Amino acid sequence: MSGKILLRGGRVIDPSQSLDATLDVLLSRETVAAVSAGIEAPENARVIDCAGLVVSPGLIDVHVHLREPGEEHEETIATGAASAAAGGFTAICAMPNTDPPIDDPAAVGFVAAEGRRAGAARVYPVGCISVGRAGKRMALVGEMVQAGAVAITDDGSPVMDSGLMRMALEYARAFGIPVADHPEDLGLSANGHMNEGLVSTRLGLPGKPNAAEDIHIVRDLLLAELTGGHIHLQHVSTRFGVEAIRQGKARGVHVTAEASPHHLVLTHEAVDGYRTEAKMNPPLRTAADVEAVRAGLADGTLDTIATDHAPHHYDEKEAAFAEAPNGIVGLETALGVIVTRVVGEGVIDLVTMIDRMSCAPARAFGLPGGTLAVGSPADVTVFDPTARWTVDPKAFRSKSRNTPFSGWELEGRSRLTIVEGRVVFEG
Amino acid sequence: MNPTTAPLGKDLVGLENMSAAQLKAILDTAEAFKEISERRIKKVPVLRGKTIVNLFFEASTRTRISFEFAEKRLSADTVNISSSGSSVVKGETLVDTARNLEAMRIDMVVMRHGASGAAQFLADRIPSSVVNAGDGRHEHPTQGLLDLLTIRDHRGRIDGLKVCIVGDITHSRVARSNIYGLLALGAEVAVCGPPTLLPLATEELGVQVFTHIEDAIRWADVLNVLRLQLERMESGYVPSLREYNRIWGVTNARLEAADHDLLILHPGPMNRGVEIDSDVADGEHSVILNQVTNGVAVRMAVLYLLAGGQPESAEAAKQGGEA
Repeated sequence: MSGKILLRGGRVIDPSQSLDATLDVLLSRETVAAVSAGIEAPENARVIDCAGLVVSPGLIDVHVHLREPGEEHEETIATGAASAAAGGFTAICAMPNTDPPIDDPAAVGFVAAEGRRAGAARVYPVGCISVGRAGKRMALVGEMVQAGAVAITDDGSPVMDSGLMRMALEYARAFGIPVADHPEDLGLSANGHMNEGLVSTRLGLPGKPNAAEDIHIVRDLLLAELTGGHIHLQHVSTRFGVEAIRQGKARGVHVTAEASPHHLVLTHEAVDGYRTEAKMNPPLRTAADVEAVRAGLADGTLDTIATDHAPHHYDEKEAAFAEAPNGIVGLETALGVIVTRVVGEGVIDLVTMIDRMSCAPARAFGLPGGTLAVGSPADVTVFDPTARWTVDPKAFRSKSRNTPFSGWELEGRSRLTIVEGRVVFEG
Repeated sequence: MNPTTAPLGKDLVGLENMSAAQLKAILDTAEAFKEISERRIKKVPVLRGKTIVNLFFEASTRTRISFEFAEKRLSADTVNISSSGSSVVKGETLVDTARNLEAMRIDMVVMRHGASGAAQFLADRIPSSVVNAGDGRHEHPTQGLLDLLTIRDHRGRIDGLKVCIVGDITHSRVARSNIYGLLALGAEVAVCGPPTLLPLATEELGVQVFTHIEDAIRWADVLNVLRLQLERMESGYVPSLREYNRIWGVTNARLEAADHDLLILHPGPMNRGVEIDSDVADGEHSVILNQVTNGVAVRMAVLYLLAGGQPESAEAAKQGGEA
């Protein structure tokens, strides 16, 4: 039941309206009713004191893996949506690399319905580019969009066939959705298990060179330029990749791109000792790459922060490095990691952080939210930017615990997550 | 006997973080243990009552037999497990295999595994000592040690020598263990081979890179020639074995062109006529069979030191004491 909620006296930061002031926010049922100073509490309104807290448009993560259907021992749509709400996210985009993959309208409908049933963060389905994620024939893109898909991607795998990628970019223009790509040339990287460099050489692990990612970023930019389609480049991790996107934007290519929290704060050194919780794809790279990803986030070359939340069961990560799967969970650590290590180290300020975690993702994927403008959906995140806490994976709402941030002392934690005027998390 | 006071710590996973003093302790202990294998009755009670499991997930003849001789000559009780026919092929995970062995109260595991990091993985999870007998392309520390001992035997020192490792560095655990051990003991180290088989980050390890074998031979005092696996040709790293021999093969003609004698090592098994010609392998500068002999002594030393034996007690231990 959504009624009236008055968020009193918080620091309201809404980059979509260039707003940063101590204000009250009144939510009435499913929409933002007023944002101003000294709002009188309506009868029956729940009044929440937000002094010392930041009130922002709800955080949106355009890149999460919810594992349902197929790998429900790792995560379900319900646990993933709850994990998102606990991390301060009001909306998440579910990647389609499930088993079976989300490559037809019925499957898209299933994800949307389960997401609604979860009653936590909004869950937006993303459909496959190709049937079965096989990289051969284009999936039912139009019907998937009608069923609720907000983007298409074969994420988990790149689209190796440039002809198929061209077609997808052209066809998706009809529906105004982005084509998201996991940029990786498998011919260069398929046998690799981490970044190719000094650490991989020392550990005796086959590496993935930056060039594997760079080549596909450049290809995708050229194809977006050719077709006028919207390419969304996922989890950019290389310095050349960032620069190529910067130049693409300057040429007017319709491109948006992501930075993942882990690529903003960790290097390939984190893998030393064969730590499978630091195994991910794209891999953690060098300090120079981290600096470039940070600069790209700061100047807007990389539009969004997206977690690439990738749950895995501990049995699967408890293995020799080459046998362990890629990926880490991120929804419940993203806000703290970004506030502590990216805002805290002066890379961006809180205002820019909220743009990259809320306004920009809403714009890139054409989603409701990303703003507290009067009349917009009552999706709101309230967080304490100074709350200190220690990451304890056992306390996660997510079903999985695979994180390299276990034991980290962080500053910044979500306090209240409101979706369509309903409190879905309170901590 | 408390492993925490053992000179090497609990495990031997690799040579990368080993100090010069630790390496010398192993080599000196091995020196003392060489003589056991020359006796009529090749057995001393140093590891009497110790249980050692030889856990081989990859085929190995030389290394497994060398470890087994070392264990038996020190009177340990040993069990051999190889991947075929064991629960390993039935899908049991490495960690479960380890826990089950541990539950049977063993003292040491000697493991060969195809995955880089497997030895560290096991060492972090069981209280028994773990000896890495080769993990993927990461390290093969006892091979590195026996190479060091063989070089020291024949040149009287390691410090200041120029040692070049020839062949497939990328996929070689022997190369990595050699590089770390040689650098720690003060040698200059180089590698030589086709650029497709040399890691791009080699120089960051403090190692020189040669792509011409003639240059490497001119520079080096010692060549350690690695086996070229047939599958490297099949996966296209080199176009043919014949071409490899013609361009990177260690031949008498190339050695004679140098103005100094080189010591020739090879960890075996050799592909005669590919990375090394028979007349070099069997020639006067080859110490390949000395390496094999030293392998047993080095492995005895490692087992003794991991069991808590002290290097200075090795002589006494040989005469009937226990570690």
